[in-house]
Amino acid sequence: MVETRRPLSHSLLILAALGALHAPVLQAQPDRTAPPRPGPPPELRLPPIQHYGFSNGTKVVLLERHSVPVVQINLLVRAGTSMDPAGKGGLASITAAMLTEGAGPRGALEFADAVDYLGAQVAASARLYTTTVALHTPLSKLDSGLVLLADLVRRPAFLPGELARVRNEHLTAILQMRDDPDILASLVFKRTLYGEHPYGAPSIGSAASLATVTVDDLRIFHAAYFVPANTTIIVVGDITAAEIMPKLEKAFGTWSGNAVSPPPVPPVPQKREKTLVLVDKPGAAQSVIRIGRIGAARLTDDYYAIVVMNALLGGTFTSRLNMNLREAHGYSYGASSQFDFLPLPGPFVAAASVQTEVTDKALTEFVNELRGILEPVPDGDLERVKNYLALGFTGGFQSVAQIASQLEELAIYGLPDDYFNGYIGRILAVTKPDVERVARRYINTDDLAFIVVGDRKEIGERVTALNLAPATFLTIDEVLGPAPEGGK
Amino acid sequence: MRRLLILTALACSLGVAGEPRISVSYSRFTLPNGLDVILHEDHTVPVVAVNLSYRVGSADEKPGKTGFAHLFEHIMFMGSRDVPVGKFDQWLEAAGGDNNANTTEDRTDYYEDVPSNALALPLFLESDRMGFLLDSMTEAKVNAQRDVVRNERRETIENAPYGLAPILIDENLYPPDHPYHWPTIGSMADLSAASYNDVVQFFRTYYVPGNASLVIAGDIDPVKARAAVEYWFSDVKSGAPVPPQPVPVAHLTAEKRVVQEDRVELPRLYMVWNTPAEFAPGDAELDLLASVLAGGKTSRLYRRLVYDLQIAQDVSAAQVSARLGSEFWIVVTARSGHTLSEIAGIVQEELDRVKKDPPSRRELERAVNQYEASFLDRLENIGTTANLLNTYVRLTGNPDYFNEDLSRYKAIDPSDIQAIAETWLPDESRVVLSVVPNGKKELAAAKEPR
Repeated sequence: MVETRRPLSHSLLILAALGALHAPVLQAQPDRTAPPRPGPPPELRLPPIQHYGFSNGTKVVLLERHSVPVVQINLLVRAGTSMDPAGKGGLASITAAMLTEGAGPRGALEFADAVDYLGAQVAASARLYTTTVALHTPLSKLDSGLVLLADLVRRPAFLPGELARVRNEHLTAILQMRDDPDILASLVFKRTLYGEHPYGAPSIGSAASLATVTVDDLRIFHAAYFVPANTTIIVVGDITAAEIMPKLEKAFGTWSGNAVSPPPVPPVPQKREKTLVLVDKPGAAQSVIRIGRIGAARLTDDYYAIVVMNALLGGTFTSRLNMNLREAHGYSYGASSQFDFLPLPGPFVAAASVQTEVTDKALTEFVNELRGILEPVPDGDLERVKNYLALGFTGGFQSVAQIASQLEELAIYGLPDDYFNGYIGRILAVTKPDVERVARRYINTDDLAFIVVGDRKEIGERVTALNLAPATFLTIDEVLGPAPEGGK
Repeated sequence: MRRLLILTALACSLGVAGEPRISVSYSRFTLPNGLDVILHEDHTVPVVAVNLSYRVGSADEKPGKTGFAHLFEHIMFMGSRDVPVGKFDQWLEAAGGDNNANTTEDRTDYYEDVPSNALALPLFLESDRMGFLLDSMTEAKVNAQRDVVRNERRETIENAPYGLAPILIDENLYPPDHPYHWPTIGSMADLSAASYNDVVQFFRTYYVPGNASLVIAGDIDPVKARAAVEYWFSDVKSGAPVPPQPVPVAHLTAEKRVVQEDRVELPRLYMVWNTPAEFAPGDAELDLLASVLAGGKTSRLYRRLVYDLQIAQDVSAAQVSARLGSEFWIVVTARSGHTLSEIAGIVQEELDRVKKDPPSRRELERAVNQYEASFLDRLENIGTTANLLNTYVRLTGNPDYFNEDLSRYKAIDPSDIQAIAETWLPDESRVVLSVVPNGKKELAAAKEPR
């Protein structure tokens, strides 16, 4: 590296390095005329991803990480909320919740006590296509933890009394959604984009659908989807294949059951009309804004270009949305955007909470930025976000839980083992024309959905005067149904 | 000091007694200007975490100027002499780095995670704003962040369900002259009052090298990292020592009952006590008591209120530790159709029970095991480790306090839990806050819950 402008300070820097061993140090005046240039970037040094399996069809993926004596096991099961039967919305979610409410020889309290006593954590939750049952445990407690994990997945009790209690918890959670403007906005946003399509439904279900869920529904759902051929066991932590495989074989090798084909998920809705929905939240100090449209599927060839384009628009602190709404105008604590990549095109959303008085102005700035990203992008901005995504990628592989969820994505989408190693190169290969092309394709401003949750009395007139789209006004009751009065 | 040769990553080895010992190796030195520097080498991922902690927080504010320490934290990102406004974040992002900061009552932390090739950049940025923030400070920069912080308060307090509860609790738990009486986010009126001159004074008083400690953890060569710190911070001038502040006593002599109406569907009960400071005797016992009361399904309050009686949606308890004194919180959200008097009655029964008899050995071991496991988890992320090293330095003077910290929990006996509950959770000196749906004051916890 030649820096002819600063020969003096450079040689003194070397002196300072030597001086560290021979204090006191002859100190150089630091050169602050330009930010220091980084050296060559470090490489992602991931150990190999190992693949194993059992004759019953269960796949095993192992990544060794020997720094801290902990182990993460994520059982990824192809059982998700998109498989909820008609009228039984919330079944996959409540089935996941019920897995930890008693299993094998243990009732709900005994089971929880056993997990807690180990200092381990067990959690089960359902997404659209999959349920993840996760065990995080100190290495020293792995054997006991595995026994509990196998019981939970293979032998859940599904007791009627526990179901009644958990159902009431979920019903109360639905009631509490009324309090939270962020949850209301997301709910209305998804419903507006996807309608009755599974991508538009809240994973928790509704009060009406939960009322119909029985223990038999749970058993049928579990028997159909929680089977070996639907399952990938992802192991990350301070353990080798020779150590973990016999333990997994013992826990899951004799597991049996035949998978039922899940109902096909219909195509996502096609072109939509522009629409604006204002949900009245009287007295709200801010308006919660969600703007977007149906975006892209995970396996699109445009994936990397979209990631880069979104980083420019609203994916980083210095992104245009945040710089505009937060730094330039002071309308918000933060504005952002993201693409939710799913097997079918998931939502693209731009979001912020803004001060009530400036709701209309903030909406205008959102639209300006969504139009602005369709214009050619300055080279410096493009390089910055590409470097941010590429060079920062290694930081996402620290905790065993973090690595396990990265490996889940590989399993769900059938991505190759060298996917992580290729990521940086693919981001850096995105060109200016790529960004312009995906911006025009995915940030079409002709069919945006605008959702605002705020105080209609304060913002209604000024927001509709913007003529962004034909407006619909909803009350919280119209979004969630009337709140139940009293009683359990 | 030059303990640079025998640095290894996390050691979790068996000690003489066969007890696992958690220890994090480090080297430490002080710059001539007073900056305390701690280096920790760990090559698990090619990332370096920089954590710079200034010993100033909202407890250093004066009434009428609340929220200033946190507003100042925002202003620190508006550029300094050699860093034009906006470039702090742009340069870090271009290097693949992330950064943030946060403020508590006691301290303000600034941190960057960067790929290990870019360590010089955060050192340049942090030293430039430590040394030369005021060279480019303007009224307009202060105003811009004032608006951002007002929206931060709206988003996290005014527009969040139950968002005002923590503010009400501290107002009632501490006398007006106690520095924990006001919230770190500040009041809207005080945020408006903050001036350019306040920024100058605050910076000169508190943002001096001797009032800070710098941790660099991760994929570093300690010799080179030390040289880089010495280079970049060499022209930052030392300042006057920060005078210690007198701490008024926080002790309630009577129970305070407070009722707040909010835009929520369900009533929520808060019971809060003044308790011993972070790392003071009793602090760890109260952590375990919180776990016995509300950690997991088999904890006492969860089991009774949520599992057996099913009159509550959730319950939590925590010893919220801080430097000048801590708070013990119990929080319960009632189900529809149940009053907070009913909830408070059950909570009181369980408090009486834990004050009368020690918990079982298994209850205690369960809680200790969870704490022990959590120590391992904290070491999985280099930024978290850097933060912990700095927290330990700040509160105990010893960066590698991991084993001493964990040993506190392992030394506790069931009778200690009973004693701590009796000593520190008296019925007659606590705040009982009822947050109820608008117009439903009848759901609040009544004066005599029993």
